[in-house]
Amino acid sequence: MSTNTVDAGRRRFLVTSTSVVAAVGAGFVAVPFLSSWMPSERAKNAGAPVEVDISKLEEGRLMIVEWQSKPVWIVKRTAKTLDDLKKNDSHLRDPASENTAQQPPYAQNHDRSIKPGILVLVGICTHLGCSPTFRPDIAPADLGADWLGGFFCPCHSSRFDLAGRVFQGVPAPTNLVVPPHKYLSDNVIRVGEDEGAA
Amino acid sequence: MGKLIGWIDDRFPLTKMWNEHLAEYYAPKNFNFWYFFGSLALMVLVIQIISGIFLTMHYKPDAGMAFASVEYIMRDVPYGWLIRYIHSTGATAFFVVVYLHMLRGLMYGSYKQPRELIWLFGMFIYLALMAEAFMGYLLPWGQMSYWGAQVIISLFSAIPVIGDDLTLWIRGDFVIGDATLNRFFALHVIALPFVLVFLVIAHIIALHEVGSNNPDGVEIKKMKDAKGIPLDGIPFHPYYSVKDIVGVVVFLFFFSVILFYFPDGGGYMLEHANFIASDPLKTPEHIAPVWYFTPFYAILRAVPDKLLGVGAMGAAIVLLFFMPWLDRCKVKSVRYRSGIYKANLTVFCISFVVLGWLAMQPVTETITFMSRLFSFFYFAFFAVLYITSKNESTKPVPDRVTS
Repeated sequence: MSTNTVDAGRRRFLVTSTSVVAAVGAGFVAVPFLSSWMPSERAKNAGAPVEVDISKLEEGRLMIVEWQSKPVWIVKRTAKTLDDLKKNDSHLRDPASENTAQQPPYAQNHDRSIKPGILVLVGICTHLGCSPTFRPDIAPADLGADWLGGFFCPCHSSRFDLAGRVFQGVPAPTNLVVPPHKYLSDNVIRVGEDEGAA
Repeated sequence: MGKLIGWIDDRFPLTKMWNEHLAEYYAPKNFNFWYFFGSLALMVLVIQIISGIFLTMHYKPDAGMAFASVEYIMRDVPYGWLIRYIHSTGATAFFVVVYLHMLRGLMYGSYKQPRELIWLFGMFIYLALMAEAFMGYLLPWGQMSYWGAQVIISLFSAIPVIGDDLTLWIRGDFVIGDATLNRFFALHVIALPFVLVFLVIAHIIALHEVGSNNPDGVEIKKMKDAKGIPLDGIPFHPYYSVKDIVGVVVFLFFFSVILFYFPDGGGYMLEHANFIASDPLKTPEHIAPVWYFTPFYAILRAVPDKLLGVGAMGAAIVLLFFMPWLDRCKVKSVRYRSGIYKANLTVFCISFVVLGWLAMQPVTETITFMSRLFSFFYFAFFAVLYITSKNESTKPVPDRVTS
């Protein structure tokens, strides 16, 4: 047996297997560092439900409450507004709210609400996360003659109607999100919790 | 003195490095005004690092304290206003010199064989610089900081399947909050500056390995004298080190004018809405990024689809990486290239500037139409370049550099 010759195959095997083991080890070490970027326990616990008294909200007006640091809009819609919603249907991406991720089942109806008059929405655009502006005025100069009231995102001009449904031809892909919510009494809404999770 | 240097040279390649990179680095003798911007970029990097270090001594990376601590720097820290404005003006200056430096590369074909890696390192520097600027802009925690970051982070949500989890991971919370601010601070002051410095070193080592290009696009190493020194080369030091100092003086003149008289750049460098503390419930009426990101933002706004819009925006940057392979013309400098290339490059530059302006305008139908038109011109540059450069009718390139 010669001690001077190098067994190239054996050397290659050792180098490769050592490298693979080291790479796997590095992968395992990366896990805690990458995981440390996920929301902390404190952040996860911070999203407690909030209670809102809507007795002072007037018809046609919007109020904003904070839930999980996000703006939540509550709009009291007029009968005319509810009628007008149907006129938008042919211009919408998802008029029947078929994308179930955007609302709880009890808001998967034509006006996307539990009580038709009261709209509850997370006020964050589904495009890139700006908070759209409330534009209840009908046919304003900047939004065109067909505008029947809704929400307009100033960042990238996405448009939504007064049920938070997205129009076609705008960058936002989906309807605005209806958060889980329930009525504690006629005028008190609990946002962030529904009947199922009580 | 000689003895001391000899002692060091026996232990560390001091004289060797000095010669390789300065005293005996032969650069073409025909550098013009466009060749100031590389060394200026390096100087701005130093300005940013020094002013940044001093800002961290007073700044608080905490969602509850950040906005107030920046105001504290501006009002109460001795010369704090100066240090902060140096840093914010420096960010703008960085992009000005880097954009001019990149344009120089496009004009004189500095990305072509054998300088592809210099270009790639440079593009990665540009990418790191954009990340650095974006994360730095969150730190004052004003309205534009907050909503700008909200929009940019949400770009990742356009990625199918993993998008939403990815944005959650980047933010570290369900919305932008203290966790986001804290990690952006860490990346802005430690991680990315390291990456930038490393890339700059790689950029310069690669440059000094193959030698500098020049306005004629002639390889000076092809013509050498008996000692092996390029006939058209002159030592970087003292010739160009001294010349660059002139550039530095002129640059600092402009820098000081902005620093002392227009520190907010009319709202384009420090946006007015950013003097209001961040409010997660209300987006400012008119939101636009800082000027150096606006061309890409206009492309994003031009596309009425989330995924395609984000994709187009990314492609506008990624395509630049491929310049060495998209441009198949052997002639480097625009001086000896066809009218088609000159026209193409001109349209590209105009599109870039116009897109930048468009992104700052409130959205109307005309603005959207123009954004689409100029986005088309922007991308057409690459297509036209790839198609026409293969058999381009060029002028004869001289053997030696001219004047």
